[in-house]
Amino acid sequence: MLAFLSKRMALLAFTMLVVSALVFAAFEFTPGQVARKVLGPFATQDQVDRLTEELGLNRPVVVRYGEWLGNTLTGDLGYSTLYKTDVNKIIGDRLQNTLLLAGIAFAIIVPLSIILGISAGMKEGSFLDRSISVASIVTTSVPEFASGVFLASIFVIWLGWLPGTSPLDTGTGWSIWQQLVLPVCVMVLYDLGYVVRMVRASMVEVMTRPYIRTAILKGLNFRAVILKHALRNAMIAPFTVILLQLNYLVTGVVVVEAVFAYPGFGRMLLEAALAQDVAVVEAGALFAVLISVFTQIAGDLGYMMLNPRIRFS
Amino acid sequence: MANDGIIALTWNRVRLLKESPIGMIGAFLVIFWIVVALFAPLLAPFNPNISNMDALIDPTPSAVNWLGTDNQGRDILSRIIWGSRTVLIVAPVAVFAAYVVGCLMGLIAGYYRGWVDQVVNRIADILLSFPAIVLYIIVIMKVGAKATNIILAVIFISSPQIIRIVRGMTLELREREYVAAAKMRGESALYIMLVEILPNARGPLIVDACLRMGYTTIAIGVLGFLGLGLPPPDPDWGGMVKDTYAMMSIYPHMSLFPAGAITSLVVGFSLLADGMREISIRD
Repeated sequence: MLAFLSKRMALLAFTMLVVSALVFAAFEFTPGQVARKVLGPFATQDQVDRLTEELGLNRPVVVRYGEWLGNTLTGDLGYSTLYKTDVNKIIGDRLQNTLLLAGIAFAIIVPLSIILGISAGMKEGSFLDRSISVASIVTTSVPEFASGVFLASIFVIWLGWLPGTSPLDTGTGWSIWQQLVLPVCVMVLYDLGYVVRMVRASMVEVMTRPYIRTAILKGLNFRAVILKHALRNAMIAPFTVILLQLNYLVTGVVVVEAVFAYPGFGRMLLEAALAQDVAVVEAGALFAVLISVFTQIAGDLGYMMLNPRIRFS
Repeated sequence: MANDGIIALTWNRVRLLKESPIGMIGAFLVIFWIVVALFAPLLAPFNPNISNMDALIDPTPSAVNWLGTDNQGRDILSRIIWGSRTVLIVAPVAVFAAYVVGCLMGLIAGYYRGWVDQVVNRIADILLSFPAIVLYIIVIMKVGAKATNIILAVIFISSPQIIRIVRGMTLELREREYVAAAKMRGESALYIMLVEILPNARGPLIVDACLRMGYTTIAIGVLGFLGLGLPPPDPDWGGMVKDTYAMMSIYPHMSLFPAGAITSLVVGFSLLADGMREISIRD
């Protein structure tokens, strides 16, 4: 166990190092640009040159990467040329907003996908199974921006029940909760079907096992077979998949946040990338990798705990 | 069966698809859009990039502009029809390119194993730990929004997943007798990988490719929606939504029709993939 964890941690450190170097290299541009962005279009070339000198941007990229790495390791993520403030100051708020969105969506997706997946998988090929399977294929096929358009036409324009944007600002006359409904719906619609199919596939497989047949043949009622025998075993395989959804929910929300003008991590990353704000993109990429790798490790650990065949071997 | 050519096998599959109603609906949607894309010049009633200022007085659907016009007075139906070309050229080329890279690297990793496998796996891991959309944005920001660059971005995002699938299957298939026989005959490693192993891995790959066409269509749409798609004025569905989304409260039709177009195509690919999976389980 300790060996497994230390190996994964070493790999994590290596991945983050490579990713940060790649992002740094990708954003390597002409040295004057950062200073130009900070000072604005009306600064003289002389001022730009002086700030470039001051910020040390005319040094070779390797030196600057080393310096950035040193600062990052001491907890200083640098200065954002887009938001004109320290990256440390904004990234926390943005992550918090996104975690709120992701947390609510996750809390809906997990129970709903288990109920739907189990119901579909307990009788393969039944009408219920076909309906749930087809519905889950269709909902995951709708791009997030398209479902945003569909939902907004119904609930914002036609019915007028919900706001079309979610800036998390109560000045618009809508409560925070009302603002969260549509972004959460779009995320749940897009992600739910995939998890349902995974749970269903696992359930279908479990239902063919001899111990299920034994339970049915010995006269146990179907409900008890499902709840006592099938459910627990069917949840082992999808456990990892379910945890990995956290990864999508936190770092893949760029589109949802762009559609609803939600002040989260994803939109920050998008805006920063569009404005070539390398400090924010670096910090964002590191957090994204961190979240992705940690959910993978948690998934593997959970899988070991749940599956006795691995736990005792 | 073993002596049948690839074409005969594929045709068998197509005939089998008739037994899956879901697959047939998917095939119908995909074929519909392929026909629209092929005959775009004949089907589109107007030039997709020319503004009709008179239509701006009332851009809603009318007898002249069946689906209305957009915020610049351009006919939405014509833009959707021409937009299908964009997506149905870029997506297949991009998926094919990702498959070439993914299959080659997956075959090499699974066939040679050892350090080559380690290196390929590590690269795939690193690319997979990036959220796909962030990777798209970084690649497009770096190289600029052009069709060839979207293809490049798709290769970066899709091939790691293809590598995983192909590698896994290669690890299993390389132990088969026909591979041993080919080695005995003195065939080269490249021949064994491409002629003996790859064709036998095709079942899951065809289903995956069809699903991937759907994902790639979504990705192209998303890039367009985020303003990173193909440069204006040529129509692409995601870009059409982006240009008119701010006006949705007054003219929802401008965003609804392109959003519906992209949704129907992706749903088509997904249902077709499901139909093919059903068939491949059966045979």
